[in-house]
Amino acid sequence: MSHFYKFTSRLAPLLVNDIDTDQIIPARFLKATDKSGMGDHLFADWRYQSDGRPNPTFSLNQEAYRGAEILLAGDNFGCGSSREHAAWALKAYGFRAIISTSFADIFKNNALKNGLLPIQVSAHVYRFLNEAVERNPRFEVHIDLDEQRISFGEGSSEIFPIDPFSKYCLLHGVDELGYLMKFQEQIENFEATH
Amino acid sequence: MINIRAEVKQEKSNQANSMTNPRTIIDKVWDSHVVVQEPDCPAVLYIDLHLIHEVTSPQAFEGIRKRGLKVRRPDKTVATMDHSIPTLDPSLPIADAQAAQQIAQLEKNAAEFGVRLYGMRSPNRGIVHVIGPELGLTQPGMTIVCGDSHTSTHGAFGALAFGIGTSEVEHVLATQCLLQRKPKTCEVRIDGRLSPGVTAKDIILALLAKIGVGGGTGHVFEYTGSAIRALSMEERMTICNMSIEGGARAGIIAPDDHTFEYLVGREFAPKGDDWDASVQRWKALATDEGARYDKSISLDASALQPMITFGTNPGMGIPITSRVPDPNKVGDSSQKLALEKALRYMGLQPGESLLGKQIDVVFIGSCTNSRLSDLRTAARLMKGWKVAPNVRMLVVPGSQQVKRQAEAEGLHTIFKEAGAEWRESGCSMCIAMNGDQLSPGQYAVSTSNRNFEGRQGKGGRTFLASPLTAVAAAVTGVITDVRALLED
Ligand code: SF4
Repeated sequence: MSHFYKFTSRLAPLLVNDIDTDQIIPARFLKATDKSGMGDHLFADWRYQSDGRPNPTFSLNQEAYRGAEILLAGDNFGCGSSREHAAWALKAYGFRAIISTSFADIFKNNALKNGLLPIQVSAHVYRFLNEAVERNPRFEVHIDLDEQRISFGEGSSEIFPIDPFSKYCLLHGVDELGYLMKFQEQIENFEATH
Repeated sequence: MINIRAEVKQEKSNQANSMTNPRTIIDKVWDSHVVVQEPDCPAVLYIDLHLIHEVTSPQAFEGIRKRGLKVRRPDKTVATMDHSIPTLDPSLPIADAQAAQQIAQLEKNAAEFGVRLYGMRSPNRGIVHVIGPELGLTQPGMTIVCGDSHTSTHGAFGALAFGIGTSEVEHVLATQCLLQRKPKTCEVRIDGRLSPGVTAKDIILALLAKIGVGGGTGHVFEYTGSAIRALSMEERMTICNMSIEGGARAGIIAPDDHTFEYLVGREFAPKGDDWDASVQRWKALATDEGARYDKSISLDASALQPMITFGTNPGMGIPITSRVPDPNKVGDSSQKLALEKALRYMGLQPGESLLGKQIDVVFIGSCTNSRLSDLRTAARLMKGWKVAPNVRMLVVPGSQQVKRQAEAEGLHTIFKEAGAEWRESGCSMCIAMNGDQLSPGQYAVSTSNRNFEGRQGKGGRTFLASPLTAVAAAVTGVITDVRALLED
């Protein structure tokens, strides 16, 4: 997993509440048995017209947002199905972080395990960022995971929450399964009496 | 060990009640499964039952294969295939090459790692959340996970059961454990008696309409109250199943005599003395008098009407006699936008009544409402009626066992004579991965759990409702208040 410290990026806005994982990656793309190619299917039903051509009104298809590494999305992002394909698709498309006012639990877990940072901001900051990208699509924010800080505009910033373990894993490239495997003996002892 | 910096700003989740304080059932199941808890780290939580299906497991098996690991406890791992399988003649080869490949992959993985598989030819296969309880694999006090959000279904038995991602599936395969933070607890108290025509599905749709799709985030729901106690196990499963639609990690119901009566004699349920000892243990799981929850919600079952959704998430539901809400009357601007977007997709007008709205498809199935009692209820109402000429109706049993039992009771004849299609078990049109799907623009009344855009087929439009409301729509061809048919 790529290590993850600080970066600056433009925002791609998708200002819809309750974006479910069926929108992030529709179920018909879940028949793959590997993780490759998911980026092409990200938001497929919103992103492409029925003839397969890009839908020009969809924000990710607009020139101004090309290359943005942060998705700015409405409240309760990633609700619904547990499919980790949603996190794989966002990552494969090129996103490194999602900013929202809240995230669904399973999606948040899946994102963190794939080096995709869920950044929870206050409603106030969310509105500010909304208006800022609307005025200027090249508007940038700076993310510092170590400080848990998102900075933007003229010296404004906010601290975002992340559980300490996930943060440590992201910063140090710790593999969670590796961490779990260290408890073999405790697991065996537990099993002996459980 | 891990050195976590002190300046970390982190909402501390509620500390566990100590062992001597009154505890909720959620605390009890949690506490008894913590293997290790290092400071500032998630708990290493032991998993008693790991259910597997073909869609979310291939990358996880590949992960352990690459690391040269084995499945730690194949005896606690059970696989089936349900999502992408056809529900037509099972003896025919699977037409969709990718689906066929996914199924072949699961067969290969199960054989290679020694995992029990209820495969295409097994008489016990079915939707993973239907067969777990049916086989007696699901038991009170267990921790149960599956790479599937509707794992919450198994909570009806007093198990702590929740959906996980594929990375976590890999963790459980390798270690039989998961890294988890303790969830917050929320009591959902439902008292009162249901009126005729109102079902468990209406309870959960009403709850979701009240709290929204994010209302339970970070919490496990414990359903309590007289209305819950009165429900059968299959009805309780319908409720717990859709806990995830409120954003809750899980839903749980303390076991009681209904639970024990359901479980006794099932293939994997404890037998003999072991059974008696287990029941004693299970009885102690109930939430202690005076235990505190982080949050509580209540609902009066006696005030409920049949519910139906009008929008594009399961929280967008109304009593069937109510009108579609008006976005202009919603104060919050992002909620207003969401509502406008949903109504546009659904082709509905603010203030419109759904009653009398013409529909194209009726789907009875899914892990929410495809068990024997659902089919019995639907068939009883269906008897003597015909499916309306404008409607295609699919009845898809939740498992092969359910299918056989339904056929033994002649339910399939009622459906078929009415003009419905009677299928093999599977997820089918709940997720539309297997070709059972809506065409763009079609309206369906569906007993499944998700009305997200395109969930039942690209461009398809879903009204979620109970099996009774689904039958009422099928036979009249329009959205109908089932209570009008029950009076006849
Ligand atoms: S029936 Fe639907 S919700 Fe249930 S497991 Fe299958 S796809 Fe998921």
